Amino acid sequence: MKKNISFIQGNEACVQGALYAGLDLFAGYPITPSTEITELLSIRLPQKGGYFMQMEDEIASMCAIIGASLTGCKVMTATSGPGFSLMQEALGYAVMTEIPCVIVNIQRGGPSTGNPTHVSQGDVNQARWGIHGDHSIITMTASNHQDVFSVTVDAFNLAETYRTPVILLFDEVIGHMREKLIIPEKDDIELIQRLKTTVSEGVDFRPYLPRDDGRIPMADFGGTHRHNVTGLFHDMWGFPSNNPKIVDGLIHHLVDKINNNINIIAKVKEFHIDDARTILISYGASARTARHVVENRRSRGERIGLLELITLWPFPSHIIREKCRNARFIIVVEMNFGQILKEVKTCIDKPEKVFLANRVDGVLITVQDIRTILRIVQ
Amino acid sequence: MPVQDYIRDRFFPHIWCPGCGHGIVLNGMLKAIEELGLSKNEIVMVSGIGCSSRISGYVDFHTLHTIHGRALAFASGVKMSRPELNLIIPMGDGDALAIGGNHFIHAARRNIDLTAIIMNNRIYGMTGGQFSPLSGHGIKASTAPYSTIDHDFDIMELAKSAGATFAARTTTFHIKEITSIIKKAILHEGFSVVEIMSQCPTYFGKQNKLGNSFEMMELFKKNTRKIGSNKKLENKNLIERGIFIQKELPEYTNEYSKMVKIAMGKKNER
Ligand code: SF4
Repeated sequence: MKKNISFIQGNEACVQGALYAGLDLFAGYPITPSTEITELLSIRLPQKGGYFMQMEDEIASMCAIIGASLTGCKVMTATSGPGFSLMQEALGYAVMTEIPCVIVNIQRGGPSTGNPTHVSQGDVNQARWGIHGDHSIITMTASNHQDVFSVTVDAFNLAETYRTPVILLFDEVIGHMREKLIIPEKDDIELIQRLKTTVSEGVDFRPYLPRDDGRIPMADFGGTHRHNVTGLFHDMWGFPSNNPKIVDGLIHHLVDKINNNINIIAKVKEFHIDDARTILISYGASARTARHVVENRRSRGERIGLLELITLWPFPSHIIREKCRNARFIIVVEMNFGQILKEVKTCIDKPEKVFLANRVDGVLITVQDIRTILRIVQ
Repeated sequence: MPVQDYIRDRFFPHIWCPGCGHGIVLNGMLKAIEELGLSKNEIVMVSGIGCSSRISGYVDFHTLHTIHGRALAFASGVKMSRPELNLIIPMGDGDALAIGGNHFIHAARRNIDLTAIIMNNRIYGMTGGQFSPLSGHGIKASTAPYSTIDHDFDIMELAKSAGATFAARTTTFHIKEITSIIKKAILHEGFSVVEIMSQCPTYFGKQNKLGNSFEMMELFKKNTRKIGSNKKLENKNLIERGIFIQKELPEYTNEYSKMVKIAMGKKNER
């Protein structure tokens, strides 16, 4: 067997992706079903001279990675629902202060302690709106280990490109399932590194001044450009301000830097979409079942296809609208009460042709579950 | 370098009320940094939320003004990835020990080389004078109109049992002590805690009829004594000032770099 082929859990594929992307520091707190990520990084990071910290809780984990990102490190934390809830305030701080970081949430059933060892996709809206205040955020997911690896690399690249936290929203089935992963050779995937300021020492450095291409260079703590970082609204020096013009400018910048680049950020995978009369829309572990249904029916000649969402937020409305234009039925397949269903309905001309196939009992959605809905609507 | 050179002019005027103790702490702290001859580039100041936490904006270091109670957790991430930097974390008593209590005891337990400066005015000033975990029993506050029924705890005792390897207390009346203790705290390799009893004349002083800031500082003089002085024999209620703990224990980031050497030798395992 070739050295770079392995048969591993999704959580390990995520670790491999993070290390490939150049992860320097991880801070975390044990929680099922994400613990394997923390355990594995406690082995691997010291081996490469990186930093591993086990913190006192998820709040501290989120705070510690932000602190380390400011010294120039690529950083990550991993958790599940209860820990993700605890992280929200510090996550909002990272949004406001534009700190690159990656947060992995291996979803379990919720609310509260819920169903720690069972699957759910109930945190989709929390990833979008868990923190207070208007904002935009990038959230990605995957349905197989090769994609877990590549979206993890993407997450680090997007975090650096847009100076933003990026959320990886996997689920328990993906995290714990074992599957083949082929780790790409070094340099096969382009890695985006921290954009550092070229302003020389002694010249006025503005830590929040965008370049022409929109990217905002940073200066590491400990370097020669001392600056202030605050969760208050601030001007381009990082100086706190409640001047309405500055507040308005910053909040628009935070939202626009992501929403205006949706064409570059948003990724969707297509299976048999071109002539499909029925389109399933799904993501994560649910998309595995949906894919199975689609391939099965295709082989019998049915015009059915699958749109698998890789990017959940910003929601790829423009792609959904375009791809579903000629479909007669659209079935959203997910393991929650229809969190993505609502998004799909708002971007489709005829919301009445959108239906939900779901499951919320901690069991992976089955072929039968989807078949039942298809039988009713078709 | 004169103290003024450590100040960011554009952040002034400051937000503190006239007579607030926090300005005295800022002064004493900058003096300590000046006397140690530290370069501005090697200092990172991390703070949370509250009147005291605004200090970080006023100084010309790398400054991180974070969220309520979590400054030590942010600072731990900075220190871990750049152990050669000096981390100074000014906090209020509520910030450090109510909402931030968990991070406080665990930073102490790890013995990570951070300098925590707790400005203890026994009140939440920024939100308008609510009682804090350090107010103590029988105190009037905006949320204790009938006076507090909570008890406080002793920061030095807490620091000690949590594992801090340096802990000292002084007051805003004792400005020279502030400077000398902060110098020692910064030089100490490990988690150090400096409690500075500070006055909030606007709320704690007014609500408890303790007079203006001078009168409040007089009380710090009257109600405290140096560790080891025999004043305590006369009055058992006097609060002690000085260094309570100063000991050597392996520091967290040093231990981590030793672990990395071991791990690198075992690269091919797993
Ligand atoms: S409210 Fe109290 S602590 Fe806050 S600035 Fe005024 S005097 Fe100082």
